[in-house]
Amino acid sequence: MSEAFVLSPDFNPAESASGVRTLASAGLGERGVIVRVTGHSGAAEAVEAEELERRLLEMGFVEGAAIEVLHEGLFGRDPIAVRVDDTRVALRRREAGAISVKFDGR
Amino acid sequence: MAPDSGAAAPPVIDTARIALVGNPNSGKTALFNALTGSRQKVANYAGVTVERKEGVLTAPSGRQIRVLDLPGTYSLRARSPDEVVTRDAVLGKLAGEDAPQALVCVADATNLRLVLRLALELKQVGRPFVLALNMFDIAQRQGLRIDVERLQAEIGAPIVTTVATRKRGLPELLEKVEALVDREALSGDNVWHEPSPAEIRAAHAEAQRIFKLCVKPPERPDTMTGKIDDVLLHPAAGLVILLGLLFVMFQAVFTWATPAMDIIDGGFAALIELTNTRLPQGLLTSFIADGLIAGVGSVLVFLPQILILFFFILLLEDSGYMARAAFLMDKIMGGAGLHGRAFIPLLSSFACAIPGIMSTRVIDNRQDRLTTILVAPLMTCSARIPVYTLIIGAFIPNQTVWGVLSLQGLVMFGLYAGGIVSALLVSFVIRRVFWRGAVEPFMMELPTYRWPEPRNVLMNLWARARIFISRAGRIIMPLMVLVWVLSTFPYPPEGATGPAIDYSIAGQLGQFLAPLMAPIGFNWQMTVALIPGMAAREVAVAVLGTVYAVGGEDGETGALSTLLKNQWSLASALSFLAWYVFAPQCLPTLGVVKRETNSWVWPTVMFVYMVGLAYIAAFITYHVAVALGAG
Repeated sequence: MSEAFVLSPDFNPAESASGVRTLASAGLGERGVIVRVTGHSGAAEAVEAEELERRLLEMGFVEGAAIEVLHEGLFGRDPIAVRVDDTRVALRRREAGAISVKFDGR
Repeated sequence: MAPDSGAAAPPVIDTARIALVGNPNSGKTALFNALTGSRQKVANYAGVTVERKEGVLTAPSGRQIRVLDLPGTYSLRARSPDEVVTRDAVLGKLAGEDAPQALVCVADATNLRLVLRLALELKQVGRPFVLALNMFDIAQRQGLRIDVERLQAEIGAPIVTTVATRKRGLPELLEKVEALVDREALSGDNVWHEPSPAEIRAAHAEAQRIFKLCVKPPERPDTMTGKIDDVLLHPAAGLVILLGLLFVMFQAVFTWATPAMDIIDGGFAALIELTNTRLPQGLLTSFIADGLIAGVGSVLVFLPQILILFFFILLLEDSGYMARAAFLMDKIMGGAGLHGRAFIPLLSSFACAIPGIMSTRVIDNRQDRLTTILVAPLMTCSARIPVYTLIIGAFIPNQTVWGVLSLQGLVMFGLYAGGIVSALLVSFVIRRVFWRGAVEPFMMELPTYRWPEPRNVLMNLWARARIFISRAGRIIMPLMVLVWVLSTFPYPPEGATGPAIDYSIAGQLGQFLAPLMAPIGFNWQMTVALIPGMAAREVAVAVLGTVYAVGGEDGETGALSTLLKNQWSLASALSFLAWYVFAPQCLPTLGVVKRETNSWVWPTVMFVYMVGLAYIAAFITYHVAVALGAG
């Protein structure tokens, strides 16, 4: 997995230790619960941080929502398709960097 | 806040205005079709290029109700031109539109979570609305329990369960709508504003609370979609299946359409013949036959292909596959700086760039949309096929290479591939050099798979065909007249020997430009053919027939092909093909770009860059071919 996806401005080693990572780093089949949604994906976005945050929220990416990675693209395992509660949503890993998830232990 | 023109309406009225709002994939358009049937009108909203779909229905009470089908959205916070229309229409602020007296919020009963938040937003607007829980049969089949009474109390709006495709629940829906229209004075104040992230979170939490309270999870949840996706979204197999689907589509577009195209072609030829024989020879007859009828015919001949292409696109959209195609193609398109959603417009452009450019409206971001518009004409549209067929038939030997492949077919494939590769390269350059910087987020819902409803598909197909004919017609007609004028005036002098077109403005312009085109191996006849060929690419074939004075009326391609073979060198012929891959030989396309972008800047940019590319490509092709001994 590319490093650029893992490091977001909100990257926090303590969270990482407790199983919290951004959705950008998630592998196929991983499940968890969204703990934080920000507008900072860690990559240059065409839209402002607040706008990205609002769009993610409107698609159902809110704190507390259950997440499961369902599918990945062929090239660079990007984009990804995830189940958010009971909706299926496709997004790129770069935007997924704005979503922090507490993944279930495996 | 919002001007409420309906508030002053008299208490007893016999017409009402309502609008349908809802998430994408909620069955909103199916409900619209079920409500209004064939009484629909498709046009544009004043001043913007967003489709306006309105229909009329007669309620059981005898009242006429005008129904507006607004573009699908997840929130009133508009991001694309389509969503701006939805927001402004809901707020009653849309220029040239009366505010709707009531709204119908259409929800997929099996996917309520996101739409409940939209309903809460609508509540803030203060305009009365009914929540229609559509696809209720599927919810029941899944054993999904919705406490409608409770939901009604929580949302504070009447709720109706509907099955649009079976026309179930429509009388109840109309009854509730009419009740709202009659009590319109009761509607509240508009307190809606663009929500902040915190407000969206709060609204979502509220929607979630209501959802948990009123909806029991399904006993038999849909597992089919997951199983189908395991195959169709498989990283490797998914792409192979997508390519296979596209291949079948292309086969269908080109083989199924041929008989219908032949009939249309023959019909218009007969009509021109009839006009020429029945009406007295003269300017008016020439105008009607060669200007108007030929002009309309050259556009309508593509209708069968466009209909077949739209038919497939509608099937893919209604079944839920289109979002998957965008998912699979996103990385490839993204590599070239295009948005995943650009896939559909570019696909349509293989039939004709005009519907392709018109369908770029689905792309939210302006730069993404403009990039897609600019490269769409590089896709090999079917109007290039007659030109390619003529030149390939004349110059490329009909032989087999490597045992199985036809050399002619290979050249044709090369021309198609050249178009696709150059479109990707051009968009790459646009996004890396001119509009550098950030990439628009890609986020889309992958809807549950559903069988497309035949009636719905046919109604939408009919609507799209009408849009194509009326819009293309309005742009193409004046251009056809212009090209006819250029190729007709002035008349040849007394005792002139050459074909009349040589003496016209078009002919003179061609001869004037000929020295410019000499470096790419074009003779003056080729250059002259390019000018009327601006009306539509395939017109160049007929003009070549005219300037070489063969075949009379329609120019037998057999004779023309032999003649070209004697008149042109192979290098010139290849250069002509290269020119046609890139050149903006289509005024209607430029007209549509002007209309869609509302500015002359973009058609100008398109014209200049495409002429530049065409000249460079033809120059290189010609000189390489000459160097290899094909001069």
